[in-house]
Amino acid sequence: MAELNAHIPEGELTEKWTKLRSSMPLVNPANKRSIEVIVVGSGLAGASAAATLAEMGYKVKCFCFQDSPRRAHSIAAQGGINAAKNYQNDGDSTYRLFYDTIKGGDYRAREANVHRLAEVSANIIDQCVAQGVPLAREYGGLLDNRSFGGTQVQRTFYAAGQTGQQLLLGAYSALERQIGMGKVEMFTRHEMLEVVVVDGKARGIIARNLLTGELERHSGHAVLLCSGGYGNVFYLSTNAMGSNVTAAWKAHKKGAFFGNPCYTQIHPTCIPVSGDHQSKLTLMSESLRNDGRIWVPKKKDDTRKASEIPEDERDYYLERRYPAFGNLVPRDVASRAAKERCDAGYGVGKSKLAVYLDFKANTERYGRIEANVQNIHNPDKETCMRLGREVIKEKYGNLFDMYAQITGEDPYELPMRIYPAVHYTMGGLWVDYNLMTTVPGLYALGEANFSDHGANRLGASALMQGLADGYFVIPYTIGAYLSKELATKPIPQDHPAFVEAEANAKGIIDKFFAIKGTKTVDHFHKKLGKIMWDKCGMARNAKGLTEAIAEIQELRKEFWSDVRVPGEANEFNPELEKAGRVADFIELGELMCIDALNRNESCGGHFREEYQTEEGEAMRDDENYAYVAAWEFKEGVKFELHKEELKFENIKVAQRSYK
Amino acid sequence: MSTGNMNLTLKIWRQKNTKAKGGLVDYKLSEISPDMSFLEMFDVLNEQLISKGDEPVVFDHDCREGICGACSMYIDGRPHGPKDGITTCQLHMRSFKDGDTIVVEPWRAKAFPVIKDLTVDRSAFDRVIAAGGFISVNTGNAQDANNLPIPKVQADSAFEAAACIGCGACVATCKNASAMLFVSAKISQLAQLPQGQPERYRRVQSMVAQMDAEGFGNCTNTGACEAECPKGISLENIARMNRDFYSAKFVSEEDI
Repeated sequence: MAELNAHIPEGELTEKWTKLRSSMPLVNPANKRSIEVIVVGSGLAGASAAATLAEMGYKVKCFCFQDSPRRAHSIAAQGGINAAKNYQNDGDSTYRLFYDTIKGGDYRAREANVHRLAEVSANIIDQCVAQGVPLAREYGGLLDNRSFGGTQVQRTFYAAGQTGQQLLLGAYSALERQIGMGKVEMFTRHEMLEVVVVDGKARGIIARNLLTGELERHSGHAVLLCSGGYGNVFYLSTNAMGSNVTAAWKAHKKGAFFGNPCYTQIHPTCIPVSGDHQSKLTLMSESLRNDGRIWVPKKKDDTRKASEIPEDERDYYLERRYPAFGNLVPRDVASRAAKERCDAGYGVGKSKLAVYLDFKANTERYGRIEANVQNIHNPDKETCMRLGREVIKEKYGNLFDMYAQITGEDPYELPMRIYPAVHYTMGGLWVDYNLMTTVPGLYALGEANFSDHGANRLGASALMQGLADGYFVIPYTIGAYLSKELATKPIPQDHPAFVEAEANAKGIIDKFFAIKGTKTVDHFHKKLGKIMWDKCGMARNAKGLTEAIAEIQELRKEFWSDVRVPGEANEFNPELEKAGRVADFIELGELMCIDALNRNESCGGHFREEYQTEEGEAMRDDENYAYVAAWEFKEGVKFELHKEELKFENIKVAQRSYK
Repeated sequence: MSTGNMNLTLKIWRQKNTKAKGGLVDYKLSEISPDMSFLEMFDVLNEQLISKGDEPVVFDHDCREGICGACSMYIDGRPHGPKDGITTCQLHMRSFKDGDTIVVEPWRAKAFPVIKDLTVDRSAFDRVIAAGGFISVNTGNAQDANNLPIPKVQADSAFEAAACIGCGACVATCKNASAMLFVSAKISQLAQLPQGQPERYRRVQSMVAQMDAEGFGNCTNTGACEAECPKGISLENIARMNRDFYSAKFVSEEDI
């Protein structure tokens, strides 16, 4: 078993990053010009890293599978981005953001990484505002904040319900500026299919030009994977249709360990599934929980309309169970509580797999405040509701419109029906403090790595992490590696490692077309998704996971003998792209179940039914499982476990409580 | 797999590649549910085509929640279909009737060549942004965000312009295939913010020059772009861009 060294700098927690940054080896400007860096993915992490590295003088090649870097799925993030600015004077600090993130992650994240994240969080807001990102403001012209789950301060910056869009377009414009100057070469509609490893170091990639089908060789002194998460392993998730694990998985197969694959975030507030045709799920931002109250009827199988159920017959179960945090408990807790109510027969809507998210009380409250502002004295209820609706509309208008489009119901009149759905994956490629994977020269940033969120991510922290990694971490840490690579000449693309990697990628494509099976790629993807959701979803147990592993192995065989991929390899062929991604999802799904089965405890998003308190809360086992599970890929889709022990020196580990 | 009872006839533009000649092809679909999204209806069609051994219809799509700007279908003569203020992926089959015939074409513009079927090449938009759609600030240079108060009205107006998703519906619907709404949205966002002032006139000149070089048409003020924009980007942005463009001739010391 190889020693897993996270390379955490020595010294006090609060000094680690500052000291490291000041003592990190540098690369002089003239040398940077001859060093090439490959960036795979153009979301928040990828675009910010590519732009910043190019600003510093490196030669950057950036790849995305979409037709433009602006379409990466970071664009769909809604609610906001956390930063320890303490602009609201409510007692926030770097330490508090650090503490909330570690606690929110159920004590399964690395202290040093999380503290660094909290430290740079404030710089991100400064940077984005300087780029012209129009974050929400108050009348005085200063930035506005709102609250998110798992915290008791208001530290979330936002741009209506489109924060991800605005931040990504900021990073995208920084990237386009470098493209315009010729310092970044952009490859859109390209998909990475292999990492090329020469003498143990990542030296390039094989990418498929999705329009022509041509396999291209690209060399570089380092490779950055910023390719997002793998929630689509569940088929139905809030991820974009194209979101995939392929880049990360190919890296895993080339020696990069995969960290905590079973940590999946199920988001509590999504629009429920409407039928078998469903292709994706849509999130209703966590910010709605600021102003919405979640409830179900107190009576089982209540068939009355929401409006006909009087106040005293409603069970505001989050407020009942968690009085201190109420509707703002972390996502894992809120999701499980919704599942518990629905499983017990209190669910609402046609499918009975939904709970209500009701804005009425707050609409009226806002209306009353607005009436005061407008000098309307003793306003009646109707006036309050009318004025309140305007306020709600300004805050969440686009989300309410989305809900109305999808469900055909008016959320200003009726409470929203919501249910948990797969949203984010905390697991990902294992990286050390410098964001390097176990393959030298191969880095993973943003959702693609495992590093900062432990077993559960707090809301508005994904945007923070993606941009922290890209703007403020990798630009420094990569210097330590590249400063030793100055003597490395441009990597020849006829090196045997390139030839072999390309042949490998081509072999897989040829194999797909040779099968000529009877079932579509989606058929297999849906089957995989169902296994994963039923047995490795919101609640897991040893029996189900054992069954799931066998079922997935069977599915893999079936896939490789009966999948049908239409068209040809040398053309624009989205079905071929999907086939490659689903093949990787199937292998990953098995690893997720293995990891979930191995972790005999409940923590954050990983809830093993065997390990819970009497009140149904997650029960950790710190003695035996306070480690990061880093899996190594072995020939024949086998996996070997390595452990990185988690040491908590600055935080007292405790049973998480939001009561 | 379908669960509904709608029967539809689809006339879909099929084109093998940029150079091939394309044409409308008829498809019949049955048992479509009104709760399906328009793209889920296409998923059903494609599953059937693949099972029959035919080639599925290629179309751009990704987030399926109206924000990435990838989807781009010209449905019954309107970009993103018959409803206002939404993208194709947000369109649901309850907006159609049983027995309807629906015509689906790609965006049509010289600057957006067809790649295959309903997919077009919109990289011209990226090149316009690369020409000047940014504020030249390197990472690490920023002052504290609250050192720069911006009046709420101004910030909100900049945000409204910044809400553009770059889908290209404005170009597709314009009889001149003009990209003025798209280009002006970015110019207008930055021109309304204090951070955007130093490069204000340089920006408008370079972006307009690139827009022209890409082969987009001119604006004749028909307002179709605003009407079809899924994000409600206002024509006022075009006015602001024009004003800045002409001002630049007088104000700017740079000649671009």
